[in-house]
Order: sequence, then C-alpha cells, then structure tokens
Amino acid sequence: MAAYDYEDAPGTYDETSATQRQASSGAPPSQDLGYDPNFVPDSVKSFVVHLYRHIREKNVYEIHQMYETSFQTLSDRLFKDTPWPSVDAVAHYVDNDHVFCLLYREMWFRHLYARLSPTLKQRIDSWDNYCSLFQVVLHGVVNMQLPNQWLWDMVDEFVYQFQSFCQYRAKMKNKTEQEIALLRQFDQAWNVYGVLNFLQALVEKSMIIQILEHEKEGLEQFTATDGYDYNGGSNVLKVLGYFSMVGLLRVHCLLGDYHTGLKCLQPIDITQQGVYTTVIGSHITTIYHYGFANLMLRRYVEAIREFNKILLYIYKTKQYHQKSPQYEQILKKNEQMYALLAISLSLCPQVKLVEETVNSQLREKYGEKMIRMQRYDDEAFAIYDELFSYACPKFITPSPPSFEEPLVNYNQDAYRLQLKLFLYEVKQQQLLSGIRTFLKVYSSISLAKLASYMEVDESKLRTILLTYKHKTHAVDTDGKIISNADVDFYIDDDLIYVVESKPAKRYGDYFLRQIVKLEGVINDMDRVKLD
Amino acid sequence: MGREVPQQQQQQVALAVEQLLAVNPYNPDMLSDLENYVNEQVSSQTYNLDANLCLLRIYQFEPDRMSTQIVARILVKALMAMPSPDFGLCLFLIPERVQMEEQFKTLTVLSHYLETGRFSQFWDEASKNRHIVEAVPGFEQAIQAYAIHVLSLTYQRVPRSVLAEAINIEGLSLDKFLEHHVANNGWILEKGHGRGQLIVLPRNEFNHPELKKSTDDGIPLEHVARIFPILG
Repeated sequence: MAAYDYEDAPGTYDETSATQRQASSGAPPSQDLGYDPNFVPDSVKSFVVHLYRHIREKNVYEIHQMYETSFQTLSDRLFKDTPWPSVDAVAHYVDNDHVFCLLYREMWFRHLYARLSPTLKQRIDSWDNYCSLFQVVLHGVVNMQLPNQWLWDMVDEFVYQFQSFCQYRAKMKNKTEQEIALLRQFDQAWNVYGVLNFLQALVEKSMIIQILEHEKEGLEQFTATDGYDYNGGSNVLKVLGYFSMVGLLRVHCLLGDYHTGLKCLQPIDITQQGVYTTVIGSHITTIYHYGFANLMLRRYVEAIREFNKILLYIYKTKQYHQKSPQYEQILKKNEQMYALLAISLSLCPQVKLVEETVNSQLREKYGEKMIRMQRYDDEAFAIYDELFSYACPKFITPSPPSFEEPLVNYNQDAYRLQLKLFLYEVKQQQLLSGIRTFLKVYSSISLAKLASYMEVDESKLRTILLTYKHKTHAVDTDGKIISNADVDFYIDDDLIYVVESKPAKRYGDYFLRQIVKLEGVINDMDRVKLD
Repeated sequence: MGREVPQQQQQQVALAVEQLLAVNPYNPDMLSDLENYVNEQVSSQTYNLDANLCLLRIYQFEPDRMSTQIVARILVKALMAMPSPDFGLCLFLIPERVQMEEQFKTLTVLSHYLETGRFSQFWDEASKNRHIVEAVPGFEQAIQAYAIHVLSLTYQRVPRSVLAEAINIEGLSLDKFLEHHVANNGWILEKGHGRGQLIVLPRNEFNHPELKKSTDDGIPLEHVARIFPILG
C-alpha cells in the first residue's frame, strides 16, 4: 500500500459533517468539566424562544437566519468545547413542544459530534432521537416549513453518524468491557437495515418520486418552488424524502454498491438544476458520489463531465461561501474531486471534456503526477493508490463485530477491498497507454509492424486491442454501449485503421449565444437616451 | 402442457421476488426467496442483477448467513453478463477473506482473462474447472456472445483463426456456427489472401466509426426556445 495513510487522512470530508467540525488540537476537551447541562444562559433562552416562535409562524427566512448564523455564533461564543444545555433544561421555554425538542436535540448532538468526541451512550441516544424524529415526520404530524439547508443537514448528519458509528464499532481492540456490554445490549442502534429503511421510508412516504414525475408533466410544482410549500402545507417530509435519495446514494457508495446507489439517485435529473443544487453541501455530496460511482463502473466520460461541471461551479462561487460553516468541507471535497478527476483522465485521456479553468487547476495540482501515472510502472500504481486513498469515500463494514476473543480491528477491511479491486482494474488497463501513443501517430498500420514496435507478438497485440475496445466501451444503465474511447480505430483483417476524432465544433450553440448577446447589447443601447 | 407448468412456476418465482423487492429492498427476511431465485435463474437461464445484488447485500450485512455456493453461482451468472461490469460489482460486496477461497480465485482469474481479451487462456482455464462453470447452463454460449461482441467492436473483417480462438469452436462445428450467423445475423464469409477465411462482421458505429451519429451537430429544442422571444 502507498505511503499515504488512509487512517490518518487529515480531516477528510466524511470524518467531518455538515456542520463545522473543529479538529480538536491537543487533548480532547473534557465534556463534563465545568459543564452544567441544566444551566441555560439568557442568550440561549432567547434563541430557543425565538426559533420556536419562527417555526410556529412558518417564517422560513428567520428560521434560516437563526439556524445558519445565530446557532453558529452562540456555539462559538458559549459552547466551544462543551455541549449545549440539555433539552430538559430548555423544554419549558418552548411549551415542552415534542417536535421542537426533537429538533433541538438533533442540533444538540450535531454540535456535540462536531466539537467533542461522542461517547457510545451518546451515539446510541442520538440514534434514538433520529428514530423519534423520523417517526414523527413519517406519520405526517409535522406541519412546519423548514429551510432546505436544515433538512439537508439532517439527512447528511444521519448518514455521517451511521458511518462514524461503523468506524467506531469496527475498532474492537481497545473497547472496554462496559462498551462491549452496551454494544451487545443496544445492537439495533445504527443497524444498517434500520438506517436504509428510514431513508427508504422517507423516499416512499414523501411520494417524492411521483412528485418529480408529475412535475415533468406540469401537474405539480416542486423544483420551481425550491421544494417549499407556499399553500400552507409542510415541506418537511417532501424535502427530507428528496434528500434521502442522495443519502441512499451515499450509503450505498460507503458499502461499495455503486450500481444500487446510482439507481437510488435516478429520479433526480442531475443534468438540470434541482433542489439538490440549492444547498451547496447537497450539490457537492451528490456529484462527488455520482462521479465516484461512475468511475468505479468504468463510465469515465460521465465521471469526467460531472466532476468538470461541479469543479468549475465551485471555482466560480467559492468566494460566496467563505463565511459559511461548510467552507472547509467545500475546499476539502474540491481537492478530493480534483484527485478523482486526475484518476479519471489518466484512465480515459479526454482532456477536451474539461473546461480550461478546471484544466489549469488540475495541471497545477496533479500535472506532474498525471504524467507519471501514464507510465504504468510501480511508481504509477503507487500514485493511483495514493490518489484513490485520499479521495475515496470512507468505506464501512456494516456488520456487527464478533465479540469472541481476541477482539480484532476491522475498520480498514472495506477500504482495503475497494482499493485492491480498483488497482486491479488499473493493472488490467496498463498496456493501453502504450497503444494510445502509437495509434495517435498513425492513420493505418499493420498488426505485424505495430507488434514489433511494441515488442509483443501479434496475437498478444490482438488481445491488447480487444482490451482497449472493451475497456473504453462501457455499458450504461439501460444496457446500451457507450463509447469512452479517446482514439477510435478498427481492424480490417490485419490492418489497423485509426480514425481521428476531430473535436466537433458547436456552431449551433455558438450562434445561439451570440444572438442572445447581441440582443442584450441592442437592449442596452436602446435604454441609453441621447439628449 | 407438461412443459408449460414449470415455466409458469418460474415466472411466478421471478414475479414474487420482484414484488418483494419493490415493496422493500432492505428486508432481511427475503434471504431464502432470493437464494431460491438465484437457483431459478441458473436453471431457467434468466438473470436479474438487482435481485442478486440485494442478496449479496444481505450477506454483507449478516456474514453468518452467507452461502458460498450461492455466491459462486451469482458470480458465474455475472461473468455471463459480460460486457456489463457485473462481476466486478459483485466482488465489491464480497468480503476479501471469502474471495480468497479457491473457487473464487478461479472465477477471478477467468474474469481477468475475459476483461483483457485473452480468450484462449480463458477457455484453457475454464476446461480445467468444468465443475464450476458447467453447473450453470448456457455458460459457453454466453461467453461466446461476449467474445463476438468485443470482436464486433474491433473488427470489420476478422480472420477465421482469430474468431475460432475467441469462441473456442473449430472445424466442422465452426462451419456450422458460421452458417448459422450468415443466415441469421448478416455475417459474410470471404476468401482471405493466402490461407484462411475472413468473416465480415455486421457494421456498427464502433467498427465503422463514420456511422457514429454526430449528436453534437444537433441543437436541442430547449436551447432554440431560449431565443424565441428575441426572434418574435
């Protein structure tokens, strides 16, 4: 394995979650030192009272402000390394409202995960809270309008805590007897079936797939209103259902089930803007996992296209997120996706699919490594290994541990398997780079001649050419063959003919844009009044 | 009549499993139904990747319930689905220690030969492991279909000897095989220069790149629609 240590990957996105997770430098802050869960500072009292009122009044704008800004500010000021006051301490300020208390606890745990390290008991309690919260939503008793950002964070955090739990549980070596007893006792907490079934239930109960279908026929509005309901209804179930499709994609990727993951995302048309693009975290998570799954399915062109689009988008908009609690994660995922783009382009050198800005960023970051990756020697494999390990999702083993002695750690098993299979794929393609080099300089060449140039016999060369064709022609979801080939060729008996692929000039598109531009200029000129 | 009944039953099994999957794709109680369905797919020469992935998922969640015999069958069926990447998709879900078992190592080697176009090595290896591959009816034909698929992506005219090696058929049987494809699939036989025959494979956009539809030239209506207000 490469020098890159997966285990100690510095703050990968998945170790952190939607809210900012500060790497605790030095000793982990103690949770109980000087922390009184029943003490409620005035500012917190005012926070919950106002948030509760805005929620009752369905004032999405104010809720969003308080959620995004006030909660962060208070956390930074008062709860840097302690939890927020317990829910019991604030409940009577909010009429002991059941749903509000569940929402409060959800944020309470999210803050705890972000700034401290949760104990096993807290992990289990947080699971219980999600169960209660989702049950309430699924039974349709929720009549609120919550910001998309918050609803996304719920799904995102739910999947993150599941992943975190699996990683935690898989490190059996240093578990105390007490922890093992708890793990045995609460074996349903963060159970993989439970997690998947909650997400699936949200998708189904929300009828989101049907809603998106209806919208295509103009019978319903969802995307057009960013998922909000302006007719007095609640957006909570619908939007949670919508984001749960992204959650399912992510969970399946964590499990190594790329085919099923992409299937879960299918109702969302990612070639268009949608509710998933209204929240930057959701946008990035969607495309990152979509691209990664396509990469693993050898649909390189699709992966390159989507990575290119989102990287360009991040490049253009990241300045607006500088103050966002998600800024660190955005940058981190940005870097990881450049690594995945470098891998994709090394396996499928179609640079013409990449926009100039993205390309120059890519060259700056990985230009030198990409040249070495083309060599397909041991050093090249080490770089593939390094980039994959840096950029892959944090794979999990979903099954509970064996409690038999001796206790073993198995937290890296899933990652090792995915890495191994990926590198196996790379090795199967190692001879293709040589073929490419030759095909690019000939319009036709005999098999015998090419074989002698490549120092292989003719039948070996035929197998390499077949491999090239097979590896560059992927099968899409409908079973259709799609070409990812950068160089096209065919063999006629024992002659190879290379077909130069000219980049198609997009005249139509160009003219359309010029027409719109001209119209704009004319309009501007019309507005100018000459005295 | 006697032959239709089992076929009906098979369809019922398939239908029942598909319904179960539709109702709840994450239900551990489906295990034995899904295992039966794998055997059903083997005997009726049908295939359902989604159902098989669902079963591998349950094995992944509850390793104690795994049947390696069923896993092996799923993998052979996945090989038969080439050029789809199904074999790899299944491996992603099978724990490494299981993959270390002899029969899975063999299957991985077989898959490797197919992935890298080394058909003669593939057929050699397959003949040494008849017990694994012959347990699944239609195996040979499925691999031959894959071989022909890759050859069709690559060749306009393929020498007879190259085809023979890829599909592992020779002599009179090959003549018959060719005859069949000439009659049904538009293959044409030609005399090659010197020794052998050449087989003209049907044209497609991959062996005749000029057939590739240049979608780039077209403009989707939505784009033109954007300038309608201006044009009006």
